[in-house]
Amino acid sequence: MSKDHVERALESDAPLSAAVHQRDVGKEAAEERGWHEAALVGRSVTINRPRAEVYAFWRDFRNLARFLENIERVEVGDDRRSHWVIEAPAGRTVEWDSQIVEDEPDSLIAWESLQGGDIKNTGRIEFSDAAPGRGTLVTATIVYDPPGGDIGKLIAKLFQKEPKVQARRDLRRFKQLMETGEISTSAAPDAGPRGSFS
Amino acid sequence: MRALTWHGKHDVRMETVPDPQIVNPRDAIIKVTSTAICGSDLHLYDSYIPTLQRGDILGHEFMGEVVETGPGSTLEKGQRVVVPFVIACGQCFFCEHQQYSACDNSNPAEKADMSEVLYGYPMTGAFGYSHLTGGYAGGQAEFVRVPYSDVGPIVIPYGLEDDKVLFLSDILPTGWMAAENCEIEPGDTVAVWGCGPVGQFAIQSALIMGAHRVIAIDHHSHRLALAKSMGAEIINYHDVKVREALTEMTGGIGPDAVIDAVGMESHGFTIDNILDAVKTTVKLGTDRTHVLREVIMACRKGGRVSIPGVYGGMADKFPIGALMEKGLSVKTGQTHVQKYLPQLLEMIGEGKIDTTYIISHRLPLEDAPKGYKMFKEQQNEVTKVVLKPD
Ligand SMILES: NC(=O)c1ccc[n+]([C@@H]2O[C@H](COP(=O)([O-])OP(=O)(O)OC[C@H]3O[C@@H](n4cnc5c(N)ncnc54)[C@H](O)[C@@H]3O)[C@@H](O)[C@H]2O)c1
Ligand SMILES: [Zn+2]
Ligand SMILES: [Zn+2]
Repeated sequence: MSKDHVERALESDAPLSAAVHQRDVGKEAAEERGWHEAALVGRSVTINRPRAEVYAFWRDFRNLARFLENIERVEVGDDRRSHWVIEAPAGRTVEWDSQIVEDEPDSLIAWESLQGGDIKNTGRIEFSDAAPGRGTLVTATIVYDPPGGDIGKLIAKLFQKEPKVQARRDLRRFKQLMETGEISTSAAPDAGPRGSFS
Repeated sequence: MRALTWHGKHDVRMETVPDPQIVNPRDAIIKVTSTAICGSDLHLYDSYIPTLQRGDILGHEFMGEVVETGPGSTLEKGQRVVVPFVIACGQCFFCEHQQYSACDNSNPAEKADMSEVLYGYPMTGAFGYSHLTGGYAGGQAEFVRVPYSDVGPIVIPYGLEDDKVLFLSDILPTGWMAAENCEIEPGDTVAVWGCGPVGQFAIQSALIMGAHRVIAIDHHSHRLALAKSMGAEIINYHDVKVREALTEMTGGIGPDAVIDAVGMESHGFTIDNILDAVKTTVKLGTDRTHVLREVIMACRKGGRVSIPGVYGGMADKFPIGALMEKGLSVKTGQTHVQKYLPQLLEMIGEGKIDTTYIISHRLPLEDAPKGYKMFKEQQNEVTKVVLKPD
């Protein structure tokens, strides 16, 4: 049943993140990975910069914390390994190690969390040329195992919004940074004074 | 600093608030010398635009002196600048195509969701115009932080006084683009609904672009008189049936192009909870589209419909049949202000365009709340209020 939905969705020229039956997509993604459960977040953005530049910026994982809102920092170990840290309330952190599993210069970066981390997750970022003169198409696909227990609650509190919304915002910030060199903000008080609002 | 802040329907106040700071490299801080109240501000004053928050600083028509610059700004301290109400990055696909009011980057990522849900794709950022357009602090204040200051502001030579150039920030380019969207050809008759500032400048622009005749429609006699003084024929819709008048005045053909410079008027759109809208169905009220219906019905076959008037929600009983069967083309949008600035500044300098005749009242910034009340309640006499910090 679930296979049918996913296969039929694949007959359209659209990514699986746009499939109607997301639960089936998640089930299949979980099965593939031997996970208990999986959720898939996909989102594309067009960036008005050359592909090599966009790829290179992402490939240096230390840059990611500049536009991934919830990521406090990504520490780079060797060329393949990185350590990701989310700061949570009450001095707690959510952390995991990742390893790059595919890396094609200017085209693709994929990574997977390693055993023992706080959240199981994989990420895949594809870079391709947009129509001539229109820059680079970046497609992000994140698959994660929604954690339960304490960590799950912490994460839910921290993110407060759907992962899909979070991904969309993070990619917008990535685009802003690549195209303009800054991240647009109006946040008070630093970026925008406000009157009293008792 | 002192600034005009929004606190609710018909409740705007002067308050002391923190001074703005440079945050991003391309920012600049402007010390405001003149700022105006716009017809669009009335939509905020009347609480028809959702997502305003108490304490937000309003104002999107302003100019002043550069007092601080970030390392990426191309402005220099002491320069006089007029600032476009649309904030545009200059580097996205849209900005590169001079569609500045479609800039993909100036609306902060966390604010962009709302308009994406409403309109399919996020709107650009703007000054002092609710959180749908970014929640940026506005220009009815002593100082303003101007993001992407290397792209928007235009430097004004000393010698051209504020009153002559202030309206480059919005309504002059808006009237100009409204006329440009009519794709005027020799012999054309252009009909303009609304003789507020936008309508006035649309009339002037249409004549400059070579319209044979311009017919202006409103019900305020003073505003109509202003339109007439600029060369328009007039129709007061209180006394005259607009459609019938237009048909007769154009020998049974109808105007070649029509401009809706009225917009949603008093009926805006309401959203129960804009943030919830991300997850649930969007609940929109219907805009009052009386004028929009009338312009489409009045336009000649194969004619052009230009809509500078602001709409935010849904339309009921939209005359889609008249639009299709008559083969009309429609152009609309928030103004691509940056695109028109050099050209319009030059025309002002040469005396080809005068904008000062619409200013009816000059008040100190401290009296801004009074200015809003007057502009709202005495539309006939109060055509434009300019505020000056002292
Ligand atoms: N597209 C843009 O970027 C842009 C920029 C600025 C303003 N605007 C919009 O343009 C519109 C006009 O702005 P303004 O500053 O001139 O506002 P305004 O409120 O001063 O003027 C509106 C005029 O329309 C007249 N009017 C109302 N109902 C009418 C009808 N049925 N027929 C004919 N006239 C009618 C009113 O009497 C008034 O004189 C507003 O909707 C405003 O939000 C758009
Ligand atoms: Zn305005
Ligand atoms: Zn842009």
